Amino acid sequence: MSSRLSSGGRLLDRSTSVAFEFNGRKLKGYAGDTLASALLGNDQMLVGRSFKYHRPRGIVAAGPEEPNALMNLGKGGHFEPNARATTTEIFPGLTAQSQNHWPSLEMDVGVLNNYASRFMPAGFYYKTFIHPRAAWKHLFEPFIRKAAGLGKAPKDRDADTYEHFYSFVDVLVVGGGIAGLQAAKNAGEAGLKVLLLEQTPHWGGRAPVDGAIIDGQPAEIWISSTVQALENMPNVTLRTRTMGAGVYDHGYALGYERLTDHLAPSTAPRHRLWRIRTKQIITATGALERPLSFAGNDIPGVMLAASVRDYIVNHGVSAGDRTVIVTNNDDAYRTALVLKDAGLDVPMVIDARPDGGGPLMDACKEKGIRVETGKAIAKVKGGKRVQGIVLCSQAGAGGMLEEVACDAVAMSGGWSPVVHLWSHCGGKLNWDDKTACFRPDHTRPPLGATGEGFVTVAGSADGEQSSGDCLSNAVMRTNDVIEALGASPQSTTAPQADTEPMAAMAAVWKMPQGAGYELRSKMWLDYQNDVKVSDVQLAAQEGFESVEHTKRYTTLGMATDQGKLSNINGLAILADSLNADIPQVGTTTFRPPYHPISLGAIAGEASREIFQPIDKTPLHEWGEANGAYWEPVGHWRRAYCYQKPGESIEDAVNREVKAVRDSLGLLDASTLGKIIVKGPDAGKFLDMMYTNLMSTLKPGKCRYGLMCTENGFLTDDGVVARIDDDTWLCHTTTGGASRIHGHMEEWLQTEWWDWKVYTANVTEQFAQVAVVGPNARKVLEKLGGMDVSKDALGFMEWKEGKIGGFDARVFRISFSGELSYEIAVPASQGRAFWDALWDAGQEFNVTPYGTECLHVLRAEKGFIMIGDETDGTVIPQDLGLNWALSKKKEDYLGKRAQQRDHMTDPNRWKLVGLESIDGSVIPDGAYAVGTGLNENGQRNTEGRITSTYYSANLNKGIAMGLILNGPDRMGDVITFPKIDGSEVKAKIVDPVFYDKDGEKQNV
Amino acid sequence: MSNAVSALQGVSHAGYIDVEEMGLRGMVTLRGDLTSANVKIAVKTVFGVSVPDVTKCALQGETGAAWMSPDELLLLCPHERAEELVASLSEALAGEHALVVNVSDARAVFQLRGAAVREVIAKLAPVDMSPNAFLLGHFRRSRIAQTPAAFFLRDETTIELICFRSVAGYMFDVLKRASSRGSEVNAL
Amino acid sequence: MLILQCPYCGINADETELAAGGQAHIKRETVGSDDNAFEDYLFRRVNPKGVHFERWRHANGCGKWFHAARCTMTLEVFGTYKAQTFEPPQNIKDAISAKRPGWKWGDFS
Repeated sequence: MSSRLSSGGRLLDRSTSVAFEFNGRKLKGYAGDTLASALLGNDQMLVGRSFKYHRPRGIVAAGPEEPNALMNLGKGGHFEPNARATTTEIFPGLTAQSQNHWPSLEMDVGVLNNYASRFMPAGFYYKTFIHPRAAWKHLFEPFIRKAAGLGKAPKDRDADTYEHFYSFVDVLVVGGGIAGLQAAKNAGEAGLKVLLLEQTPHWGGRAPVDGAIIDGQPAEIWISSTVQALENMPNVTLRTRTMGAGVYDHGYALGYERLTDHLAPSTAPRHRLWRIRTKQIITATGALERPLSFAGNDIPGVMLAASVRDYIVNHGVSAGDRTVIVTNNDDAYRTALVLKDAGLDVPMVIDARPDGGGPLMDACKEKGIRVETGKAIAKVKGGKRVQGIVLCSQAGAGGMLEEVACDAVAMSGGWSPVVHLWSHCGGKLNWDDKTACFRPDHTRPPLGATGEGFVTVAGSADGEQSSGDCLSNAVMRTNDVIEALGASPQSTTAPQADTEPMAAMAAVWKMPQGAGYELRSKMWLDYQNDVKVSDVQLAAQEGFESVEHTKRYTTLGMATDQGKLSNINGLAILADSLNADIPQVGTTTFRPPYHPISLGAIAGEASREIFQPIDKTPLHEWGEANGAYWEPVGHWRRAYCYQKPGESIEDAVNREVKAVRDSLGLLDASTLGKIIVKGPDAGKFLDMMYTNLMSTLKPGKCRYGLMCTENGFLTDDGVVARIDDDTWLCHTTTGGASRIHGHMEEWLQTEWWDWKVYTANVTEQFAQVAVVGPNARKVLEKLGGMDVSKDALGFMEWKEGKIGGFDARVFRISFSGELSYEIAVPASQGRAFWDALWDAGQEFNVTPYGTECLHVLRAEKGFIMIGDETDGTVIPQDLGLNWALSKKKEDYLGKRAQQRDHMTDPNRWKLVGLESIDGSVIPDGAYAVGTGLNENGQRNTEGRITSTYYSANLNKGIAMGLILNGPDRMGDVITFPKIDGSEVKAKIVDPVFYDKDGEKQNV
Repeated sequence: MSNAVSALQGVSHAGYIDVEEMGLRGMVTLRGDLTSANVKIAVKTVFGVSVPDVTKCALQGETGAAWMSPDELLLLCPHERAEELVASLSEALAGEHALVVNVSDARAVFQLRGAAVREVIAKLAPVDMSPNAFLLGHFRRSRIAQTPAAFFLRDETTIELICFRSVAGYMFDVLKRASSRGSEVNAL
Repeated sequence: MLILQCPYCGINADETELAAGGQAHIKRETVGSDDNAFEDYLFRRVNPKGVHFERWRHANGCGKWFHAARCTMTLEVFGTYKAQTFEPPQNIKDAISAKRPGWKWGDFS
């Protein structure tokens, strides 16, 4: 059984006990524990179930490479699935639940898959769930959905906050082990701006666990004095609990800081995403130990040898009382020595190498530990817990030599440098036969903006093995970086560290060498996704020769650990099966992040009320206080209608529609874009921008204009007012202001840069109110100021002056067909102006109206709306707007495109009005069906609805639509099927439903 | 006019720095040839400051000039003087191809005060805010979270930030979140 | 995430300050162009492996359009220059020639 030792644990504060909960059980750990070490300390070796076969799973590792110990953490708004117990620090009140089992961890029905595993080899799902097709919906999919997924999806909104931080440095050092510390020190001493990130809460990495001696003292002393020195350098920033998550183009890197994960819920941000721009990156990210592939290597109690050592040294926790060690290299002997020193039993070290190891092996033998060389584990005995192993010869097929009782197995298959960050942006790797791992090829680094390499690798991430080599490598690599940045290295000597001679490791990819199918089908490569040696061999046999294909076929390395333990072992098996060398097979692509990061961190501050910017007009607050029902229009919020207490939205719209035509309405039109265009060439420029002539507009006059893109399609419309000889004011649609301003600037800057034109977007300088209805003039006259009579300010004219004491520009334009003035006042006075209109309008039953009323009014008049009648495929000719296409101009944006065959096709659908025969409102977007069927056997269509409303003024449904030969078919009745299967018939009519002669606006 | 109000009417928040909306400020956009002698003289005469260098600003209390782009300045003044100065500058530039327009009400201005003002901006803008990179006299147009903004140092512990009026509420909420106590970074 | 130096304001702009505008140095075709030339202008874009010229706007910045000469394979930036030109300036061409001898892009080399 795993247990807490009575002493030891260099990271532990035994005076502070910490209560936490696992699967509802109250357990105790100590400050300094990870959730994994605390669980082991409570003899909780079984921590989860595998994905496919639901096999019992125990803790394998002590860091981010852990594939098994995934937990649902927290509750409510702090719930998070798939958290690794090995990277989770415990705090009082932590709650954790194991995953992927039902009804319980100990008793799991899904384990039936395990007994059927013979029949579920690689590609099982691809091969099986194909036919019959009908079974998908009711049988396969519900089954797979229930079986799939590890943790549960959170149900509540995330209660935490997150943020970003932009950091600019010369050198980013990732990894705070001894190599990273040394690199940061050298770079800092050279005067460079340095950021050093360490993913764990502790500096120094493995060196203290491995008992390294640096400059004649225990590593811990060197580490603390180096950290001290770094903290004293103003040009160096250090961060623990911050992982270097990814390396991206042009020196961009992400750091993932976990601020409060180790604390009870707090108000501080939970995670901070460091968005780093750096000139150079040094990754000192260490190495990960690989498992060995022997039958039953997934049984809880089988762990990585160095991790067994970590738990003892760091947390005073033993994985078992009797631990068998199995290895192909010298490092695992350190674990044997640590176990022995802790007073635990090591019945045997099984070394696959015929000649065994070097001085570390000798040290073990001196302690009386039995060492068996040239041997292997044939299989592990046990179910939910290791009970023993069967010893065999590595060279054979697994014949039993003897059985050894034990409750833990510590395995070491050698070390893989963590080359992820080096590779994210294209750094290349070389296979090193001697250490059986991929190492960075420093002649082929990832290239930055200048075409030079911007990432280097130091320490054991570079393939170094001993503390001494790691330190001298770090000095060498860092000095290269310092020189590349034009600075001077201050020191070329590395601290002295012990460099124990080690015997060469041996590449052992399966154990024993000649294992038959029975054993190979119990050798796990990927613990989380249940991929075994036999699966990869099957994939190779079935022709999946590319490592990328094999990965996807078998799901090797596709779990949340992204194959940190399994990839190299898997591709070695693949290479072996293909009779190829490992470098020929190559690796799968390393992609960021190195370890999963939270979506919250990526979103940063963009959550809740600041998820997106919301544009508010100066009259927004009035709307809030007066029943505005908001709708988003671009980033703006506009009132859809203003509801009176107890009133439905529909009733509010109908009331507003009638009130405007009967008496007086006010519309907040501040969102309309307003762009000043000025200069000697402004007229010429606007003639290119708009389809109609703007250069001939007289000062004081307004003209409605259309804008198209070079594709010929309508992109915007609005009223243009000429201010003076060389100044125009262009109104755009709501939400179109910055887009159209950008459109104008693009043409001015990149095509007609010799034209003398300046533009300015003054949209927000003004609050604009549309004063609309038969009493519009009366209310303005009541406020007093400029003469707004028909003679002084005619239709499509504008004037500047005072209204009710406010500085105002008054435009006599109408989007409703009513007598209408659009009045712009400085935004700071918008609210005061509106209030003045409101007070003065009381005697006229003044009614504020929203966008839906605006839509109904314009539809009654047959006015088009960009975004309703247009959708990016509609040209002005489709809408009967030929009158707005200047025939005098040689050119305008879109003119040539409108001459293309498809645009001049007489069969293009054209705009008409539509009246349902039964008076109902035709569904928006409905298609009209014609005769016959198309090649897919569907009914041919002959048009569609673009706008459709109930008109309270006309007491019936009215619509506009684009219909085949529409304008030539007045009076025809066409059919619109509805989604419920019924149909509505509609008559093609003129799109102007109300006041066809335009008398109301011309008073 | 006495009934003129800014977007948030001077709202403020005390986090680990102070954030305050500054009320109405006068702002004038000038587009023109910034290298022309006429423009330089006109700006100096009307606003009392020189045309600033690229990405810089020249400030004199509430008055000043900031470089927006190669053919655009943002001129600062007291709000109530903006219209008058637009008229004077337009007159001074008569005959020159230039555009002068009052944009005072199109903007909102925030002041950030405290030792950590640089850090709060560094949470929101992709800009190197370290003391040796962002200096007094710099005027930076960038984005704050998801909205365009420009900012400059009034002094070493004061940053003024200009954005569009319509997003003043968003900006205030973003600054409030970024300056909340407990979120200090201490890394500049 | 690219960084490009805006040639107008000199800012080394993060990609999130920029807006991409596609291929640079396209000649506008309009009324009078034949259908093929017009179609090329509207729709056809090169997708080179290696040297490329692109349009970018310093949108969250000084607002100006500029051009970037870039390697689509390595993302190396050979230089940026103002958009008011019909072809890349000589110093940009020289910078590319130094790194990619014998390069060619459209009519430029």
